[in-house]
Amino acid sequence: MGLLSLAIWTPIAFGIVLLALGRDEQAPMVRWVALIGALVSFLVTLPLYGRFDTSTAAMQFVENVPWIERFNVNYHLGLDGISFWFVLLTAFINLVVVIAGWEVITRKVNQYMGAFLILSGLMIGVFCALDGLLFYVFFEATLIPMYLIIGIWGGPNKIYAAFKFFLYTLLGSLLMLVALIYLYTHSGGSFDLAVWHALPLNSRTQTLLFFAFFAAFAVKVPMWPVHTWLPDVHVEAPTGGSAVLAAIMLKLGAYGFLRFSLPIAPDAAQHWAWLIITLSLIAVVYVGLVAMVQQDMKKLVAYSSVAHMGFVTLGFFIFNDLGVSGGIVQMIAHGFVSGAMFLSIGVLYDRVHSREISSYGGVVNTMPRFAAFSLFFAMANCGLPGTAGFVGEWMVILGAVKYNFWIGMIAASALIFGAAYTLWMFKRVYLGPVVNEDVKALQDINGREFLMLSMLAAAVLWMGVYPKPFTDVMDVSVAQLLKHVAVSKIAN
Amino acid sequence: MIDKLSWFTAYPEILLMVMACVIALFDLGVKTPMRGATYALTMLTLAVVALLQCDLALGNATIYGFGNMVVSDAMGNWLKCFATLAVMVTLVYGRPYAAHRDMLRGGELFTLSLFALLGMFVMISGNNLLVIYMGLELLTLSSYALVALRRDHAVATEAAMKYFVLGAMASGFLLYGMSMLYGATGSLDINAIFKAISTGQIRHQVLVFGLVFVVAGLAFKLGVVPFHMWIPDVYQGAPTAITLMIGGAPKLAAFGITMRLLVEGLLPLAIDWQQMLMVLSVGSLLVGNLAAIAQTNVKRMLAFSTISQMGFVLLGLVSGVVNGDALTFAANAYSSAMFYVITYVLTTLASFGILLLLSQEGFESEEIVDLAGLNQRSPLYAGVMAVCLLSLAGIPPLVGFYAKLAVLQALVATGQTFAIGLAVFAVMLSLIGAFYYLRVIKVMYFDEPITASNVVAPIDVRVVLCINGALVLLLGLFPAGLLALCGNAVRQMLGT
Repeated sequence: MGLLSLAIWTPIAFGIVLLALGRDEQAPMVRWVALIGALVSFLVTLPLYGRFDTSTAAMQFVENVPWIERFNVNYHLGLDGISFWFVLLTAFINLVVVIAGWEVITRKVNQYMGAFLILSGLMIGVFCALDGLLFYVFFEATLIPMYLIIGIWGGPNKIYAAFKFFLYTLLGSLLMLVALIYLYTHSGGSFDLAVWHALPLNSRTQTLLFFAFFAAFAVKVPMWPVHTWLPDVHVEAPTGGSAVLAAIMLKLGAYGFLRFSLPIAPDAAQHWAWLIITLSLIAVVYVGLVAMVQQDMKKLVAYSSVAHMGFVTLGFFIFNDLGVSGGIVQMIAHGFVSGAMFLSIGVLYDRVHSREISSYGGVVNTMPRFAAFSLFFAMANCGLPGTAGFVGEWMVILGAVKYNFWIGMIAASALIFGAAYTLWMFKRVYLGPVVNEDVKALQDINGREFLMLSMLAAAVLWMGVYPKPFTDVMDVSVAQLLKHVAVSKIAN
Repeated sequence: MIDKLSWFTAYPEILLMVMACVIALFDLGVKTPMRGATYALTMLTLAVVALLQCDLALGNATIYGFGNMVVSDAMGNWLKCFATLAVMVTLVYGRPYAAHRDMLRGGELFTLSLFALLGMFVMISGNNLLVIYMGLELLTLSSYALVALRRDHAVATEAAMKYFVLGAMASGFLLYGMSMLYGATGSLDINAIFKAISTGQIRHQVLVFGLVFVVAGLAFKLGVVPFHMWIPDVYQGAPTAITLMIGGAPKLAAFGITMRLLVEGLLPLAIDWQQMLMVLSVGSLLVGNLAAIAQTNVKRMLAFSTISQMGFVLLGLVSGVVNGDALTFAANAYSSAMFYVITYVLTTLASFGILLLLSQEGFESEEIVDLAGLNQRSPLYAGVMAVCLLSLAGIPPLVGFYAKLAVLQALVATGQTFAIGLAVFAVMLSLIGAFYYLRVIKVMYFDEPITASNVVAPIDVRVVLCINGALVLLLGLFPAGLLALCGNAVRQMLGT
């Protein structure tokens, strides 16, 4: 079994064991098994880092076995510089989330942990799949555990959120399914991504395909104006669900743009770039302003996710090295930072059971250690140099300025909004005098919470201070992608 | 004419018929309330028949018997094999339910089920209009009696009446269409009809006139719009075990005769029946999916879901290209429909199995709210039900997804623009479908249970239900085998 199969199936196997054998009476044991599962799943991804060759854009760790002969579907896995970090990120976030759910979840612990482990395996599958149908199967299958996570362990309005999440994202992906089938037929019976990348397509077909993929990925990212599901879902989802959703699931959409939309329909992508750029800028500016007026912390971070993902899509569609690499770096950074933001809110919510900003004030007085972590993550969220948040945004802005000064300028303004809404929230929640009895009674974070927050803080700091390992990995692959996109696929 | 080979083609049918009579007599001596001995003998018979069918199917030969009255080919044999298995599973799930409702006072449940299965066998093997009609009547007459098996239950009796009246009308349609075809072509033999129409000498109007009635009859049996009225009422009114008996295996038989009549017999008229089926399929997708949203009764909801699923099957049948060298295309299209029906029956069995399991003595688990909190009462059964519903909704990695994929692929492969439009239409309606399947999952997982009682079931039901649920998932992970099986069977049928 190859390394990638191991990375995909280890968490899934642990998840199935938990689902099959776990009982609520044995909750402590279930938690330990889940932790071991998540840890093993993370450890099996580490050899990938050692063996990854950064000098080539070719797919590495390739596994290719026939799966469904009738449709010529292969179990085809591989990693390149674009997908590499997401495998490690997913396994890492999964580990953090298992720790985060430790004593918070008391009902159906085995199902909770099992769902997260299976979800993590499926998402790694999405990043590794090099076969269109395999990608789709992993992409869609992630909906099932997430639907249950939101619906079973979510907040008061969880059912609405679960349905909105499932149906909204399914709507987009069904159109993509038709596009995949069309490509299969058009390419003479192949689901292989490499074949599709080389397939000449006329401009009308490219446009239709581009928008079919756009429907699936834009909803997932989510881009303005199809972002409305995200705040609703984030608010109701349990802390772990929000963290995984923001940290990994949104990236599935952005990753889809790089793997499908750009290389399969390069001409349409160039032709419609103005649309994506406009939508991205609206996300960055308008949604940033929307974030500022939120009363609910989770909603605020959700809107800030939309704004940050706007940077990602902006970076992808300005077609230069800095932009695309910056977009990918921003995806990874946002994975760490947004995960950390949601987990921090979770720490407060577990104690006070409120997400309203107005329920808090002066938390720093009772939880000084926690406030220090929160401040650090807040700084990362507004893109302070030295944190992960800065690198990606800086690269995208540079790329955008190279592409067009005004676009770069509008994008840069987002840094101000980002700082405004994040720091204002920080001020209202943490600073000032203690406002009520709830805050007065707060206990500072325990060892478990300290562990999970410091893991994330270490990652954010590492990426901010020394981003070279991240960018080195993707350089060659990004250059190759841009070279591919620059060549017209319209057959003469 | 009757040589050794022709007996060979009908061995399973003959065994089934003899055993049905033997079991009817044997049952007179059985006194236990659960009728264990009759049940065991029935199961044994069905297992042997299934093995025989499987063996014939693996032989992969096309043999005509009894003077071309019946045919034994891979497609038919596989369908019969799966129908036998489906009846077995139905009886396993249905026996405790029937025993609690006074339906096992005599052994009719077993005998009638065997005769119904025999009817399906004759339908599937029939290579002659009259043989097919005879098989159909045997199946439907047994089904009417099965629906009315709960003698003192007014709703079931009403359902039986409704089924009988509408069923008789549909049989009349089919028979009328067959007589038109006979009049036009001068033969009842399906191959002869095919040859006669292929000559192009026969007046098109007469043929199309007959075709309309044949298609209407078939549409009734498949339960597609606008001939679907009986499905919700009968599904809801019949005792749940019987609902499964008429909603499971007979779909395979209905598909079998559709293939025999339309593809083997009337392929030269494909342009005409494809258009008719397309209208039926669009209607079914619309009505089935939209009406299912409004249902509060699970059986009724599943009835409307059946209608929409059959719409998908028809889409597969519509996509067989007939002009030029298109054998592969046609085989792909028809085998996708076959795959769809088989996996649909598999999923239906498990989902009704759960409903039967939850219907304890004196309590019918029929409303969606009856499933509330199932996950807390029994995570295993909730899991099986969830897997089935997600499969029906077509979410990967469950088997229902590949069924939809196969059909959509066949549709897109026709290369016509409207076909792609139709594919988009179908996926959009399956989005609506996803809503009502998800609603049941929501009730099972997110709501609090009304009763805290444990779900108890006999060991045979538990084992079969687990295997059935696991198959829905495993066939989703490894669908290649079943897809290849359907592909080969249909290719062989088209080749001869």
